[in-house]
Amino acid sequence: MSQHATTYVPKSAFAKWFESRLPIAGLVHSSFVAFPVPRNLTYFWTFGAILIFMLGEQIVSGVWLAMHYIPQATMAFDSVESIMRDVNYGWLLRYLHANGASMFFIAVYIHIFRGLYYGSYKAPREILWLLGVIIFLLMMATAFMGYVLPWGQMSFWGATVITNLFSAIPLVGDTVVSLLWGGYSVGNPTLNRFFALHYLLPFMIAGVVVLHVWALHVVGQNNPTGVPIKSAQDSMPFTPYATIKDVFATIVFVMFFAWWVFFVPNYLGHADNYVPANPAVTPAHIVPEWYFLPFYAILRAIPDKLGGVVAMVGAIVMLALVPWLDTSRIRSSNYRPMYRQFFWVFCIVCVLLGWLGAKPPEGGYVIASRVCTAWYFIHFLVILPVIGLFETPKPLPSSIIETVLGRKGGSGIPIGATAEPSTKG
Amino acid sequence: MPSRETWSFAGVFGTFDTAQLQRGFKVYREVCSACHQMRIPFRTLTQNGGPQFSNAQVTALAAEYKIQDGPNDSGDMFERPGRAADYIPWTFANENQAAAANGGKAPPQLTIMAKARGYERGFPWFIVDVIPFLQYQEHGVDYIHSLLNGYETAPSDFKVPQGGYYNKYFPGHVIAMPKPLSDGQVDYPKGADGKPVVPETVDQYSRDIAAFLMWSAEPALDQRKRMGFMVMIFLGVFAYLMYYVKKKVWAPLGGEAEGLPGTAPLGPTG
Repeated sequence: MSQHATTYVPKSAFAKWFESRLPIAGLVHSSFVAFPVPRNLTYFWTFGAILIFMLGEQIVSGVWLAMHYIPQATMAFDSVESIMRDVNYGWLLRYLHANGASMFFIAVYIHIFRGLYYGSYKAPREILWLLGVIIFLLMMATAFMGYVLPWGQMSFWGATVITNLFSAIPLVGDTVVSLLWGGYSVGNPTLNRFFALHYLLPFMIAGVVVLHVWALHVVGQNNPTGVPIKSAQDSMPFTPYATIKDVFATIVFVMFFAWWVFFVPNYLGHADNYVPANPAVTPAHIVPEWYFLPFYAILRAIPDKLGGVVAMVGAIVMLALVPWLDTSRIRSSNYRPMYRQFFWVFCIVCVLLGWLGAKPPEGGYVIASRVCTAWYFIHFLVILPVIGLFETPKPLPSSIIETVLGRKGGSGIPIGATAEPSTKG
Repeated sequence: MPSRETWSFAGVFGTFDTAQLQRGFKVYREVCSACHQMRIPFRTLTQNGGPQFSNAQVTALAAEYKIQDGPNDSGDMFERPGRAADYIPWTFANENQAAAANGGKAPPQLTIMAKARGYERGFPWFIVDVIPFLQYQEHGVDYIHSLLNGYETAPSDFKVPQGGYYNKYFPGHVIAMPKPLSDGQVDYPKGADGKPVVPETVDQYSRDIAAFLMWSAEPALDQRKRMGFMVMIFLGVFAYLMYYVKKKVWAPLGGEAEGLPGTAPLGPTG
């Protein structure tokens, strides 16, 4: 980041005095104003800004909810109902927070799949990608514990099922589970520690987001061609161009968000979670929130408990390994005719897994889950490494500006020339 | 599958029908409350977007109930007439008493029943249900309405156990609640001609009680939809303006990359 700091010139005497003591204005300037952005970014590149907005929205609405919520097993459910009824605009806060979690995941999934499609994980962006996977893991933990807090039937039984998975770990499994529970079953101590952790983890996410943005600003943004910035013509300053585009995209996303909050606020939840937690009555179907369904389908596809847990964790580990599994030197799938087809097949498989995760584990659903789970891993472990070895890519544009201005004169460069310096131009 | 009914509170501009909520409350009070609890304060019956009884009506209504209060200065519990701020009391002193009087299981609380029940519509309907102006959020009320109309004679090959009743819509078809409503059971407000404005039938009773339960489950529904409409208009105007601001800002660059001919399109389609 320091390489841009010189572009900031403090004007007032106070700014000069301050900057020589704490160069934070220069840091912000180099990261969010002067930062060079490829000129050809599409709206798929606005989801980073949208995600930062959603994190802020979730923290603000969550802190307000925490002022009214009671993390106590006999009172939690009623306190949530009291928020819905007696707190001024409490229904709005709660629906914002509950649907906000889903919107957060919609945005993060688009962000992840955009990265997968355009090869945003390839050198030099491996650390950037890994930090993203860590954020995703923290989000999953946060969302899971947040869903437990209303202490409805699905909260309670979801917590029971998911925490029980840890008992599959050899040797220490049972110890880990009683540590999570704070006892010998899901109960008040579990709710207490989940509340504490649910409040803590978002701030850890915010910390990793800072690292994620920092890493991004060292290696620069990828773009739809995957060709790095080579000259000043290829880029534009972050502000005002990317800023204004991000703001516009965020407003559109908030409109989408508002539709759920105001008109279909309970669509993404489960009716069972409006029934108070009852350890004596198991719901007919225990289903996690939609954003966990693909992983839940993978978990259930394996007939062995430990095997299922390993597969589920493995499904996320695959994401972390992607930078080293992909052997192609071409980033963008726009220039990878074969891989592009497999990418879309993979997307369909993920959606199917999500659908299967919501279905009871019986009959044809089990078989379909197993086929899709197998394909999920084949995609990462076979297709991704193998296809890069013999695929013939389309010719790459010689520069970003060529694609922007639509110059047809310059011929595509051969694949061998795509090797690039490890930092942006 | 429960039949889909028309509800005044469905849709983007839906609002509760005050008269229907008042009838629904009457059904609740005269029928359901014999066994079921509803944990709302009397005062909420005066709220906007609710049954909107007058303050005097609700004060009089509350005073009909005896509420246990205390301990007083000498340490004794005592009974006093209800006030608008009190919660509607339950027929039973506690869950155990309710369970003992109802075959071993306490009747479920009705406060948020309309959101605590639903049914699967399956693919592709679950996608249609979320599309603006086609959306469907009334699974719970439709289920309640159907359930109350679903008492039938069991098919000859179906064995109904002791203490159970056959219901077409109840999961497993055996419900512990006997058929609660019958035609003419509750007197409805009469019109000028001395006849009830709406029919006094099980179908109408169940419709009204379902609507009332939707209100008790989601008392802010009217407010939410009204605010949502304003929020959408605000965001729509905001987005419209920002779109042109963005265009203007980008103009010196020759506009958006993907907007030019022969360049990368908007999506990842190559």
